[in-house]
Formats: sequence, C-alpha cells, structure tokens
Amino acid sequence: MSPISRGFHRRHQEAEPTGRVPPGQYVTTDFPVLSAGPTPRTPLADWTFKIEGGSSPASWTWPEFQALPAETVTVDIHCVTRWSKLDTTWTGVSLDVLLGAVSYDAPYVLAFSDGGYTTNLPVADLLDGKAWVAYNYGGKPLAAEHGGPARLLVPHLYFWKSAKWVRGLRLRETDVPGFWEMYGYNMYGDPWREQRYAGD
Amino acid sequence: MAGTAVRGRLTWQTATVDSLVDETPKVRTISLSVPDWAGHQAGQHLDLRLTAEDGYQASREYSIASAPGEPVAITVEKLDDGEVSPYLTEEVQPGDELEVRGPVGGYFIWDPAVSGTTPLLLLAGGSGVVPLRAMLRHRSRVGNSVPVRLLYSVRSLADVIYRPELDAEPDGVQVIFTLTRQQPAGWTGYARRVDQAMINDVAWPVAQAPLAYVCGPTNFVEAVAADLVALGYPPLRVKTERFGATGTP
Amino acid sequence: MRPLEDDVLDGNAIGGLLIELFGTEMTAAVGTCGVCGSSGPVAEMAVYHPRLGTVVRCRTCDNALMVFVEVRGVTCVDLRGLVSLS
Repeated sequence: MSPISRGFHRRHQEAEPTGRVPPGQYVTTDFPVLSAGPTPRTPLADWTFKIEGGSSPASWTWPEFQALPAETVTVDIHCVTRWSKLDTTWTGVSLDVLLGAVSYDAPYVLAFSDGGYTTNLPVADLLDGKAWVAYNYGGKPLAAEHGGPARLLVPHLYFWKSAKWVRGLRLRETDVPGFWEMYGYNMYGDPWREQRYAGD
Repeated sequence: MAGTAVRGRLTWQTATVDSLVDETPKVRTISLSVPDWAGHQAGQHLDLRLTAEDGYQASREYSIASAPGEPVAITVEKLDDGEVSPYLTEEVQPGDELEVRGPVGGYFIWDPAVSGTTPLLLLAGGSGVVPLRAMLRHRSRVGNSVPVRLLYSVRSLADVIYRPELDAEPDGVQVIFTLTRQQPAGWTGYARRVDQAMINDVAWPVAQAPLAYVCGPTNFVEAVAADLVALGYPPLRVKTERFGATGTP
Repeated sequence: MRPLEDDVLDGNAIGGLLIELFGTEMTAAVGTCGVCGSSGPVAEMAVYHPRLGTVVRCRTCDNALMVFVEVRGVTCVDLRGLVSLS
C-alpha cells in the first residue's frame, strides 16, 4: 500500500456531468500535442489523399483537394488521455464527399498517415456528417504539430481515431487494429461508453 | 557494460522528506530519508511517485543532486502548469511521505575509477545542472583532481542553481556561466545561447581525450552535442541526457 | 541526423520502466535497428511519450524500435524494430 502524500491531489478534476463531457474527462482550454513520432514535413506538392480498395482507386492532389466542397464545423473533441476540448472549429472536406467519389461495399477502413500511423474505423462512422479530412483549425491552416497539412477528424470517437497527417483510407472487409489498437486500445473508441481499452 | 548491475530495490520504497533548500524562487532541493537506499552513482536519477487520498498516483523522474554517500537529494524546478512540481516546490514539508524507485541509469554516470584522468567537460542547460552537480560533489568528496569545466547556460544569475557552491569553484573546477536573457551591470561573461563559437572557446581540446556530459532541455542538448561532434569530439565521448521541452523530465 | 523536437526525450527517461520490465539496468544496453542497421545505447534513442504509450525510435531512420503501452496495470512490450538488444 502506497503512503498518502499529504496535500497532493490530481491537477485536473473531472468535469461535472453536463451532457457535453463524456465520463472520466476534464475540460481543457489548451490543445495538448501528443505525438508518437517526429512531425512529418511532406511538401504540399507531394501530398495526396487516396482511397484504396474500392472498385477503382481515388486520389486527390492538394490543389484538387482544396477544390472540393468544404465545410466549417464546430465540435467537441475527447482524448483518451482524459482531456476534452469544447467548441473547436475546423474546416475540411466531409468523408461523405470523399467516399461518395468511390464505388465500394467494404464496411471498414484503415486510415494511414505519414510516419506510419494507422487507425481503424467502421465506414458507417465516417458517413452522414460525422467525419472530415480537416486542413484548417480555428480559421488558420492546421499546424504541423497538430496534424497539418490535413488530419482526419472524427469527433464522436476518442481523438486517437482522428489520425494526424492522414494520407488516405484503405477500404477493408474486416476490421483490423491500427497502431494503438494493436497495443490494447479499443477497436471502436466511443467516449460516451468510455471505450478506452480493449474489452471496455 | 560491466558494473551496471542493479543496485537497490526494483520496487517502490517509502521515502520521508528530511529537509528543504530553496535554491531559487522556482527551484527547491529536497533531501530524503530512504531507509533501504542501496546507494547511487553520480549522474543517476530516481523515479518518484506521489499518491493522493483518492488513490490517484503520479510519477516523475528526477536526477539525484547529491553525491554517492550523501543522503539522497533531488532538485525540482517548478513548472507553472505542472502537476507534481508545484507540489514538491511549494507544498511538501519535512515529514511528508512519498515513494522512490532507483537508482536508475547506467549510461549517464561519471565514475572516476572508470573514466581515468582525462579532463571533464560538463554542459548544463537550466536544470540540467542537477546531475552534473552530483558529479562535482562526488569529485570533491573522493579527492579527485581531474580538470573540469562546467559551462552553465541559464537565463540570469538569479536562476543559477547551487550558486554559492559553484562560485566557490573547488580546485581544478572552472565554472563558466552564459546568461541568456538578463545580465547584471558590468557583466563581461557570455550573454547568449550556447553556440559553436562558445563551444570552440570553452571545450577542452580534442587531443586531451576529454569526456563530455550534456544535460538540459532537448533543444539545448541537440545543439550542444552536435557542436561538440563538429569540433571533433568522438560521439562516444559525448554523453547526453535530455529533459524534453521543459526544465525537468 | 535531424535534431529531435523539443518535447522528445531520450532513453534515460525510460530507465526505470526498463528495470521494471527487464529486471536489469538497460540504458547502456546497445540496440541495433532492424531497418537501417545503426546501433547505439538505449540512452541515446529517441523517446516519444504521447501518454497513450511510449514509442522509442531509431535516431537515424525513425523506425519504431520499442513500444510500451500500459493497459489496466499491465504493460505491453513490443520490441518490434530491434534486431538485437544487449
């Protein structure tokens, strides 16, 4: 049994349940940078976003991507490390537009990023206005440390699913674990059911 | 590497705060009573763990500020948005209990019995001076006379940790400050971030086969280590310990 | 070698974790990268700690040498990128 260190307490108290903040989270006004590797620096001239595994591959260069219809959305984001950030504003292309350009019937994707990061999601969680590939944050181009030039944004799931430096999706028949999922994080990651780890 | 068998226990053990010394307004040295401490080497660190009443635990690592044979001491810099450092620098009192694990470290160690008589170059960025100070204290305690230069990069004189001790400059130890933000009137010393020119001035000549230890924030260590290698120091003779983006790991 | 970013640590920072997992001091142990073949002490490897886990990378090619993730008190250790560690 560890001795109690008199007067020590956690820095962040859990938020009162108000309906906006999932269980076990605290609200922050910071935007912590959490990276598993060096910040990729892909030049925009070399950047593409691809969707693989459909009836034919789809690919957009940066100018082509910028020409797609974009939306600006304000959403709350929830990190599995327990911070939540409310009212974050992003601009990007909806996955309804991107997946709408491809003919497919696969139920899952593996999102892949510069630097080798991957994360898995059901296609259904990318559609119907639930996900974007975002390239602006707070009205400005997304900073590299936060995933720029573009990252996946899937606010209804824990934020590790919103892959930074995203370069594409691989459509799949089966749900395979991505980087963190392989080490024990939840395959789905619903913050409202506190699905942090496998088995939650 | 021979001689790096684990000393002390691998498990957490209770430590009691013995005494406190406020080194600067934001930096405090805490001496600990650790009944089963098996000893440590200069440059090693320990892991420290705090437990709150609700069971919440936080652990951090701190370089050991004291020499082998002295009571275990750590020096902590307060990070304004920190969770543990404000507690250690402002709240903790003699008699309080916390847990430690260690000593840890088989690489960033100075042992005169191993490194011989070649000159020592110590390069500290901010609180990176802590493990280097343990090395200096060890050198004095065992009566070692290896020539030492300590280049200590710090914002201002008021931020210098262990100032009285460093000003005393034991025999054969030369302490060189570079004050990067604020200098007192009449200051004739270095007044900028460490760069290649300063390294070239201060470093022992390569021909003397010096041993260098670099410790501090990551960007400090990266720049200084690269400068030493550019000067001709073999990479194996430059030991590094990085504290990340802030003063302490 | 590109300089490490400001918030990146080195293998000294995982010394305690390695003693806990391997039962012995490991920061001076030499690891060889399975992708580029470069070798060096654990203490000089790049350590990324995004709090979901800890990723240790080769300084030369950024290959993930070791990944540690703690879930419910159990640490998963993956020495995926090392061909040797001694």
